Amino acid sequence: MKSLLLILISGALINNVVLNQFLGICSFLGVSKQMKASASLGVAVIFVITIASAVASLLYDYVLVPFNLTFMRTIVFILVIAALVQIVEMFLKKTSPAIYKALGIFLPLITTNCAVLGVAIDNAKFGYTFVESVVSGFGVAVGYTIAIVLLAGIRSRIREEDLPAPLRGAPIVLISAALMSIAFMGFSKLSF
Amino acid sequence: MNKYTERLYNGLIKENPTMVLMLGMCPTLAVSKFAMNGIYMGLSTTAVLVFSNLIISLLRRVIPNEVRLPAYIVIVASLVTVTELLIKAYLPAADEALGLYIPLIVVNCIILGRAEAYANKHEPGLAIMDGLGMGLGFTVALTLAGILRELLGQGTVFGIQVLPDSVSPVGIFAQAPGAFLVIALFIAFMNAIGIKTRQRQLVENDGCSGNCAACAMSCDERKEEAK
Repeated sequence: MKSLLLILISGALINNVVLNQFLGICSFLGVSKQMKASASLGVAVIFVITIASAVASLLYDYVLVPFNLTFMRTIVFILVIAALVQIVEMFLKKTSPAIYKALGIFLPLITTNCAVLGVAIDNAKFGYTFVESVVSGFGVAVGYTIAIVLLAGIRSRIREEDLPAPLRGAPIVLISAALMSIAFMGFSKLSF
Repeated sequence: MNKYTERLYNGLIKENPTMVLMLGMCPTLAVSKFAMNGIYMGLSTTAVLVFSNLIISLLRRVIPNEVRLPAYIVIVASLVTVTELLIKAYLPAADEALGLYIPLIVVNCIILGRAEAYANKHEPGLAIMDGLGMGLGFTVALTLAGILRELLGQGTVFGIQVLPDSVSPVGIFAQAPGAFLVIALFIAFMNAIGIKTRQRQLVENDGCSGNCAACAMSCDERKEEAK
């Protein structure tokens, strides 16, 4: 139980996927303009990463390892993730059009989000069990959501500021991300 | 300048994937801690990019249009696996330094982007030169970011002490926040001297103006569906 909690906290805060590992930067910088959109993307990412880590972990433990094909994990994982996103999309479209409408446009963006593949590969590398993989995937995705929602909040303030011209646009967003990253470094002192 | 060298110029300067097109930000931020990492990462990506461009260009009349993205992903993922195994075998130092980021070359926007924007429309010779130009442009940008960050954060360049002992390096640049700061400084500098970049794409995509070929593609489908 304690180790699961540790995996969760470490994924969400200590080794934050965006601010410390630099995964999923494209969507982190791109979709953080509005709070609502970034929160929706965060929910979609939690959904997809949790399912993807579960499926990838099962495939790794019961197909790749017994057949001695672990070197194929990159190909297998990326295909599974791409297919999974498609299936989730079709499933949502049929069963809950409301959720589909809110999350739909972000789902294709998640296929190329390196965080999904990164978590799956990391889980395999650390030899996590099925439950540990799911918890780790969920933790990482929560960390991503925290980071992107916080950045969206900061950016809504920045918009009102009178900045020096060269800093407008991407540079100030990156500087905000750097300051958030400094704040998240504080979590590395968390110990159990 | 003939059309082959034009491709090299285009990748290195005119449409530099990192500094002008703002693609592939994850590896740029992640491996810029040391200048040497930039060279390792850049050259691994170049190798994958050259071969993926070549194969996709050769198969451009064979792959049906509807399934081209899954086909590209399989080609790129296979090449990345080969590269990963070769690096593990012959360059353990690079494997240790880059770790997780080598398999993640698969999802680097530059590779799928070039396949979609260039390789599937042009002959193999040009596609190879395009891959080489883009790959070297990526390598140069990563190495420059690495040199700057290593110099500020540790006072060294390629592991050689450059700053005198009396100047103490700024520790924060060696840690995660430093990566964001260095790239921010880079873009601000390019803005200040008036080089046009596509930085708007970097910070303002709503899910459908994304610069990854894969995302842009599925968005086209969605727009057609909406009609």
